[in-house]
Amino acid sequence: MRLIFDKSVKDRACVTLPASEIPVYSVKNAGFLRIAAAELPEVSELDLVRHYDALSARAYGVDSGFYPLGSCTMKYNPKLHESMAGLCGFTDIHPLQDETTVQGALEVVYLLTEYLKEITGMDDGSLQPAAGAHGEFTSLLMTDAYFRSKGERRKKILVPDSAHGTNPASAAMAGFSVVNIPSRRDGLVDLNALRAETDGGVAALMLTNPNTLGLYEKNIAEIAEIIHANDSLLYYDGANLNAVMGKIRPGDMGFDIMHINLHKTFSAPHGGGGPGSGPVLCKSFLRDFLPYPLVGASEGGYGFLKPPKKSVGKVRSFYGNFLVALKAFAYIIALGRGGIRDAAEKAVLNANYMCALVSEFLEAPFGGARMNKTEVSECGGEGGCAGSFECAAESEKSKKFGGACMHEFVVSAEKLKVDTGVSALDIAKALIDYGMHPPTVYFPLTVHEALMFEPTETESKETIDAAAAALREIVGEAAKNPEKIKNAPFTAHVGRPDEVKAARKPVLAR
Amino acid sequence: MRKELRFSATHEWVETDGGIAAVGVTDYAAEQMGDIVFVELPEKGAKIFAGKPFANIESVKAVSEIFSPVTGIVADINETLLDAPEAINADAQNVFIVKVKAESYADGLMSADEYEKLKK
Repeated sequence: MRLIFDKSVKDRACVTLPASEIPVYSVKNAGFLRIAAAELPEVSELDLVRHYDALSARAYGVDSGFYPLGSCTMKYNPKLHESMAGLCGFTDIHPLQDETTVQGALEVVYLLTEYLKEITGMDDGSLQPAAGAHGEFTSLLMTDAYFRSKGERRKKILVPDSAHGTNPASAAMAGFSVVNIPSRRDGLVDLNALRAETDGGVAALMLTNPNTLGLYEKNIAEIAEIIHANDSLLYYDGANLNAVMGKIRPGDMGFDIMHINLHKTFSAPHGGGGPGSGPVLCKSFLRDFLPYPLVGASEGGYGFLKPPKKSVGKVRSFYGNFLVALKAFAYIIALGRGGIRDAAEKAVLNANYMCALVSEFLEAPFGGARMNKTEVSECGGEGGCAGSFECAAESEKSKKFGGACMHEFVVSAEKLKVDTGVSALDIAKALIDYGMHPPTVYFPLTVHEALMFEPTETESKETIDAAAAALREIVGEAAKNPEKIKNAPFTAHVGRPDEVKAARKPVLAR
Repeated sequence: MRKELRFSATHEWVETDGGIAAVGVTDYAAEQMGDIVFVELPEKGAKIFAGKPFANIESVKAVSEIFSPVTGIVADINETLLDAPEAINADAQNVFIVKVKAESYADGLMSADEYEKLKK
């Protein structure tokens, strides 16, 4: 497809601007004038419309079909939230307007923060961070400020080897050194390794629970004890909150500080580079370090609070990605307490159901592998594993069924690759020909040839059945005709971009 | 004929030749990482420690830390890897990443036979 720049014809235009009524002011001597004219595409309105319409036809999103990209929580984003975010009372206001004239917007910021506190069991929070990793970074700045305020310098952050890559990256950005904590064979944090690395230099452990293997860290109470006995902080990466919201709360698990991905768990659209929203929440002893502005409520209405005393400052302009937060707010009030809980339960049920189907032909090293689909539905139907952290925490039911996954699961194509040469990447590519988005591949790093699926609660049984059937067909084809799968996809506009060349010899500008 | 080659459980090799130890990653490690796109090297003269990471290798799949099988001062780095990291994919077992003035070696380094068994 040609770029819009390639379609440019000199002096062609969409609109003809009227002559300016403002006198021209010469800045010739200011040194700011550009030397060459800006290279902008010159196209007609019709050229422009056709160009972007063609691009949108090639794009794939949750609205197009199944999008089981593990760890990303690609749930459906209800259109109601879009219309809420499009209300002129929210879109036509300016961040510097007097607070008395934007009471509705301030109420949204205030109430959303309150709801998130309730959902997470935390005492306070800020909506300012613009994305998940930004929330991690902000939390780590707060962690550093907290120890400095006590006259301590702690330089180490512990990160399990199954963690999202953003955890070590955020820690390094915030000036910490990263210590990797290995997982045990069952995919959970190795407590002995954790004890061995926990010393006076450790500022925090960053933990995702359930972890990236879709497993609940059932030893969380003991983990919290080890970390707190050392006066370190326990940080909750909220990436997988979708599995437990309304069921259990990070604050009750012993976490001190955390971020939430509103664009994942709370159904604001994401992908394609944003925008996201990564609020930070904390226990009361960390309140003074939160970024500002913070909104408070009084009898007179809503208004900005005085910046916290030891605040890490502003981490973004104004109030974060307000319209993203607004969509999350709409999601929470639309679902209500029961709906939030129901969403988590269905997310876990869907993942376990799909895991049971897929593990019939691809090895699932953890969780649902040992259950068949009847057992999953039986277990879920009786309030056992599905939607309940108690299952992975070894309830009687889960002992019977051998443990379940939470909202996502990982299977390995390692054996298939040895037998047929078809890799996890090849399976992912082949799925495109079935009109589905590939799962996450090669993550977490602790599983070879990993394929990570997260169906989310918004998918129907029929969609999950169709995806499992497609995968079964691909794996079957891999045995008979591996070359076909290795060359898939055949229907996509772009099938196999040269990732190696893109990384080694990137062309970042025309 | 190569000097004595020893292997770590984290898939690095070390070749000892008197006081200077060459360090690289094994073919198995290179295959697991996939196509390598960037290698981050330590500086010459830096001290690296047995069992601790001293370099990063970025592949299309992930960034992996490379653990040192030896403690000592970095005497030489393989600068050709900065422009041609794919050399590791082509022949990992024969491409050194650093050469180290060795003071001591990590515990538990294995012979080629023992390493072969570990992989299984």
